[in-house]
Amino acid sequence: MALILPILIPLATATVGFLAWRGRQWQRGLGVVGSVALLVASINLLVRVWQHGPQVLWVGNWPAPFGIALIADLLSAIMVVLAATIGVAVALFSLAHMDPARETFGYYPLSQILLMGVCGAFLTGDLFNLYVWFEVMLMASFVLLALGGERAQLEGAIKYVTLNLMASALFLTAVGLLYGLVGTLNMADLAQRLRPLPPSGAKTAIAFLLLTAFGIKAAIFPLFFWLPASYHTPPVAVSAIFAGLLTKVGVYALLRVFTLIFPDQGHAVILIVSGLTMLTGVLGALAQNEFRRILSFHIISQIGYMIMGLGLLTTAGLAGSIFYIIHHIIVKTNLFLTSGLAHAVQGSFDLNRLGGLYRTHPSLAILFLIPALSLAGLPPLSGFFAKLLLVQAGLQAGRWIIVAVALGVSLLTLLSMMKIWTEAFWKPAADDPPASSAPAPVPSTLTPLAPSGVVTARWGILSSAGLALLTILIGLGAEFVLALAEAAAEQLQDPDLYISTMFRGRS
Amino acid sequence: MEVVLAVVIGSLYATGLYMMLRRSVVKLIIGLGLLSNGSNLLIFTMGRLVRGRPPIVPEGESSVPPPYADPLPQALILTAIVISFGVLAFALALIHRAYQTVGTDDLDDLKTTDT
Repeated sequence: MALILPILIPLATATVGFLAWRGRQWQRGLGVVGSVALLVASINLLVRVWQHGPQVLWVGNWPAPFGIALIADLLSAIMVVLAATIGVAVALFSLAHMDPARETFGYYPLSQILLMGVCGAFLTGDLFNLYVWFEVMLMASFVLLALGGERAQLEGAIKYVTLNLMASALFLTAVGLLYGLVGTLNMADLAQRLRPLPPSGAKTAIAFLLLTAFGIKAAIFPLFFWLPASYHTPPVAVSAIFAGLLTKVGVYALLRVFTLIFPDQGHAVILIVSGLTMLTGVLGALAQNEFRRILSFHIISQIGYMIMGLGLLTTAGLAGSIFYIIHHIIVKTNLFLTSGLAHAVQGSFDLNRLGGLYRTHPSLAILFLIPALSLAGLPPLSGFFAKLLLVQAGLQAGRWIIVAVALGVSLLTLLSMMKIWTEAFWKPAADDPPASSAPAPVPSTLTPLAPSGVVTARWGILSSAGLALLTILIGLGAEFVLALAEAAAEQLQDPDLYISTMFRGRS
Repeated sequence: MEVVLAVVIGSLYATGLYMMLRRSVVKLIIGLGLLSNGSNLLIFTMGRLVRGRPPIVPEGESSVPPPYADPLPQALILTAIVISFGVLAFALALIHRAYQTVGTDDLDDLKTTDT
């Protein structure tokens, strides 16, 4: 029961939300209540998995490998908790910073469906169902991205839709070939049946097709161009939830497939790609001059760190990757939220038009500074420990080059965070008054503040402050989070537990 | 028969990718449709092609005697067809709306969010 709740709760919330189509206040309430309920259910799941080991549910009581199975090991449970946390933070933020037009066009039910797709993708134990959950998630994200119909949004959406559909087609191709090869799609069963097969061209081809398909979704090195073209176009709340969650579903799929099904394929390539991803992402960020575009390029660079541990394929490396994902989802969402707060104050995302925020809004400056320094990896914030773990794992494995790249890139990350800091917060305010009197060059229907004004604006600050607090707590309680990440990594390294849970049945 | 289908699938992939590399957004969508049809046919072929032998377990036995066509991939592509149909409909609505807003279907004119 604990397993199906993270899927059922968003589904029920979205259904009720669609029924209450015209009740804007109802939808706002439902968005928050549904997300909080999801958070409670997911924490319950994590506690269960931590205490009793991986959980499995045979849907319709058809035993594996014949039926559909939901399975949660520690990695899945952690990812579901993170998704729910981001859901709550973004729902609270949307109360203050989502315009009424989008709210009445079903923004809250759609974001619930997005959460359902993400949770389903984390919990499924079947490769074809993973495809279906991907599509659920993608459809919701397509609509959220295009909702509002501004020119920039539509241009970004065309690229986003094309590349993601192409990734889906490649994924489906790989699923078909895999079924032809071994005749099963249950992931645990696949792992069992593929292990005795000798290395062959077919196996490698399927592994690399999956690497490409998930790589497009995760935005790794040569496949990332859709991300900076689209992530800065929708409203802040939407881009924050995208930045926090969607690419990480691709990373999760990579972690799952390349530890469980193909533990012997492609890790050298993944390691090289991770280094290149870090470098290109951060160099792209340095060249940008727009708040959210800098952050978008940073997502790419951070994805490199997340798959670095997978490329090393040691328990320490995987633990580092998992810690990094935990840290990154919270920090990146928070950075996008603070960009929205800055936009609410000065009406622009362009660093040339921002300025002087530290003088006028010191608390906002602190809210930005915490996740920014965490992203760059300063102690005692969460990013420091995440990077430390990966660097240690790299040194243990003797991969000096990737360690050097990781350290260099984190310096460059600090540099570009300092750029946002000096431009938006430190330098004197721009001479021309904010956008209220001089309209921005690209017209935008985004209202700086929701009409209900200052009272609801507090919700935005509250959610950003909550995430900042989480970042600090992860840093201070690093020992506990590290224990969690290491236990999850051990489960990934030892697929036998996953396989036996899958076939043991209801627990 | 498998060889014929293999050639068809290959042509669908090749045509789809070629269409996606064109500048017109309409051709891009057509390419996507061809690509997803190619992968649907691929899964179909993976379930083996056998005529006139329904995969029904005879009385007194525990499994279907080969050769038979595996029905599971056919169920899978049924799902995949429905999904790709929905997604294609969305993509068509999207490019229609984009054409209304931007006034062109040339991908080279849709670059204001790049750089």
